[in-house]
Amino acid sequence: MTVMTRVVELRAMQYRRTFRASIFSSFLNPVLFLLAMGVGLGTYVDRSETATQALGGLSYLQFLAPGLLAATTMQAAAFESMFPIMAGLTWQKVFHAMYATPITPRDIVAGNLVWIAIRLTTIAAIFTIVMTLFGAAASPLIVLAIPAAVLTGLAFATPIAAFAATQRTPDKFNSIFRFGITPLFLFSGTFFPISNLPAAIQPIAWLSPLWHGVELARALALGTIGQAPGLALVHVAVLATIFLAGSWWAFRTFAARLARG
Amino acid sequence: MYVTASSEPVEYDFGPMPEMRTSADAALIRARGLTKRFGDFTAVDGIDFAVAKGESFGFLGPNGAGKTSTMRMIGCVSPVSDGELEVLGRDPRLDGPRIRSRIGVVPQQDTLDTELTVRENLVIYGRYFGMSRAECRRRADELLDFIQLSERANDPVEPLSGGMKRRLTIARALINEPDLLLLDEPTTGLDPQARHLLWDRLYRLKQRGVTLVLTTHYMDEAEQLCDRLVVMDKAKIVAEGSPRALIERYSTKEVTELRFPAGVQETLDGKLDGLAERMELLPDRVLLYADDGEAAVAAAHQRGLRPETVLVRRSTLEDVFLRLTGRSLIE
Repeated sequence: MTVMTRVVELRAMQYRRTFRASIFSSFLNPVLFLLAMGVGLGTYVDRSETATQALGGLSYLQFLAPGLLAATTMQAAAFESMFPIMAGLTWQKVFHAMYATPITPRDIVAGNLVWIAIRLTTIAAIFTIVMTLFGAAASPLIVLAIPAAVLTGLAFATPIAAFAATQRTPDKFNSIFRFGITPLFLFSGTFFPISNLPAAIQPIAWLSPLWHGVELARALALGTIGQAPGLALVHVAVLATIFLAGSWWAFRTFAARLARG
Repeated sequence: MYVTASSEPVEYDFGPMPEMRTSADAALIRARGLTKRFGDFTAVDGIDFAVAKGESFGFLGPNGAGKTSTMRMIGCVSPVSDGELEVLGRDPRLDGPRIRSRIGVVPQQDTLDTELTVRENLVIYGRYFGMSRAECRRRADELLDFIQLSERANDPVEPLSGGMKRRLTIARALINEPDLLLLDEPTTGLDPQARHLLWDRLYRLKQRGVTLVLTTHYMDEAEQLCDRLVVMDKAKIVAEGSPRALIERYSTKEVTELRFPAGVQETLDGKLDGLAERMELLPDRVLLYADDGEAAVAAAHQRGLRPETVLVRRSTLEDVFLRLTGRSLIE
C-alpha cells in the first residue's frame, strides 16, 4: 500500500506548478455561483410562495448551495480522471515509465485515486467555507457534507478513469461531458427539487449518482439527516458501490493498457 | 503524506538477489522458446538466448522483427505468452516488481515528465524505487554530471534537444544502480554527433561492468556496442555471435560496390557471373562479395564493364543481414 504513495508524490510534484491558480479558482467558483444563482436568482425565487413551499420553507440559497457542492466535486472529479490519466498513459506516458520500476498498475490506479480524493477534499472544503460565509449552512453537520461530496466525486472518478485508460485520444471526453456530466448537473435536484420534474422522468433522476450525492450533502448541510437516516444510508451505499465497481474496472483497464504499451 | 514521505525507511527490501555464479555461464537473462502473441499475430516466435553478466548484448533487426516485444517481456511489463524466461534468476510472472527493482529501462520513446524539471525527473524516479530523498538528490547530481547536463538541472525538459532528452532518459534508468540496463533503440532519430556522444556514455557504462541489452536497426551501433548479438527477422532469431564472428561466417572480408549509369544494370545479364563468391543486385547498385575487392574490380574491368563508381569496403553487419534475409535493415 505504501508503494502507491510514490504515485501520489508525483502528482503532488506536478501540481506545485499550478497550485496557486488552482486554489484561487476553487474559491472563485463557489463565490460566483452562489452570488449569481443563490443570491441573484434566489431573490426572485424567495418572493414566490409556491416556490418556498416546494423547497420546504428554505431560502433558495440554502437549498442550492449543498447541491452545488456535490455537483462541483462531480465536475472536478470527471475532469481530473480524464486528462491527467490520458497524459500519463498516452501523451507523456509517465505511467509507463513508472511501470518500469517496482510500481504496479494497481499502485498507479490507487495513487491516482488518492490524489483525486485529496484534490476533491480541498475543493469541497473551500466550497463549504464559502457556503458558510454566505450564510447557507444551517447545521454543524455541514462538515460531513465534505466527505459526502468527495464520495460523490469518487463515484464518478473511478469509472471515468477506467474508461480513460481505454482511450488513445480525448475525442470521447467531450461526449462524456455533453451527454453525461452536464445533464446530470442540471437534472439531479441541484437547482430544483426533482419533484418538479414530470412524474414519468422522476425515477430516472433516482438513477443519477449525482442525485444521491446532492440529497446526502443537502441533508447534512441542513441538519435534516436524522429525519430519514435509512435514506441517507441508501445514498452512501449507492455511491460506494459505484466507486468500488469503478475501481475494479480501472484496475483491469490500467493493467491491460500498461501491458500493451 | 507528501511531506512526511522523506522520513520513510527505504522499501523493497526483498532480501539479497540470488548469488551470481562467477563462472562464464552465469546468465542474467535466459530465454527458451520465448513467445509473444497479440491475438492471432505472433510478435516473437519461440526464441532462445542467454545474456551473461557484464556482457553487452544486442538484438539487431529491422522494424517489426519483434525486438521491442522481447525487451518488454524482459522488462517484466508485458506478459510472456509461451516458453520460459528468467531474468536475474527469477520468473517475471511471479516476481515482476522485484526484478524491475534491479533493472534500468530506456524505452524507445522518451517518457520524461514535461511538467517537471530535468533534475526533478531523476529525483522522482529514484523515489519510485523507494530510495530516500537525500539519496535521490545525490544520485541525480552524480548522473547529471555523467550525462553532462548539470547546467540544465533546473530547466524544464521540453526545450532540451533530442540527444539531451535521450541522455536524461538513460540517466533516469541508472538512478537505482541497476544490474541490467535495457535500451530499446537508444539512438534512433538522433543526429550523428548526438549518437556518438551517447555511444561514448554507453561505452563507459560497459567498461564499468554494467550489463547492457539493446535493440537497434543500425549495424554500426551494433558493431560499436555489442560484444555479442542475435539477428532477428520476422519474430525469429536467424543468427547469433559476435559482430566479427557473424561477418566472418556470413560474409567475405571485403565487399565491392559497383554503380552503373541508369538503365545499364538491367542489361548486364550474366556478365558479372563468377567475379565473386556471391553477388547481390540492389536497385541502385551491385554488391560483389570477394575477399580481395581490388581483384574483383580488375576482373570486372577486364570483362569490359564500366561502372560509374566503384567502392571497395570491409564487410559489415548490414551485409550479414542481407545475406541472411535477402533484405536491407533499413527499408
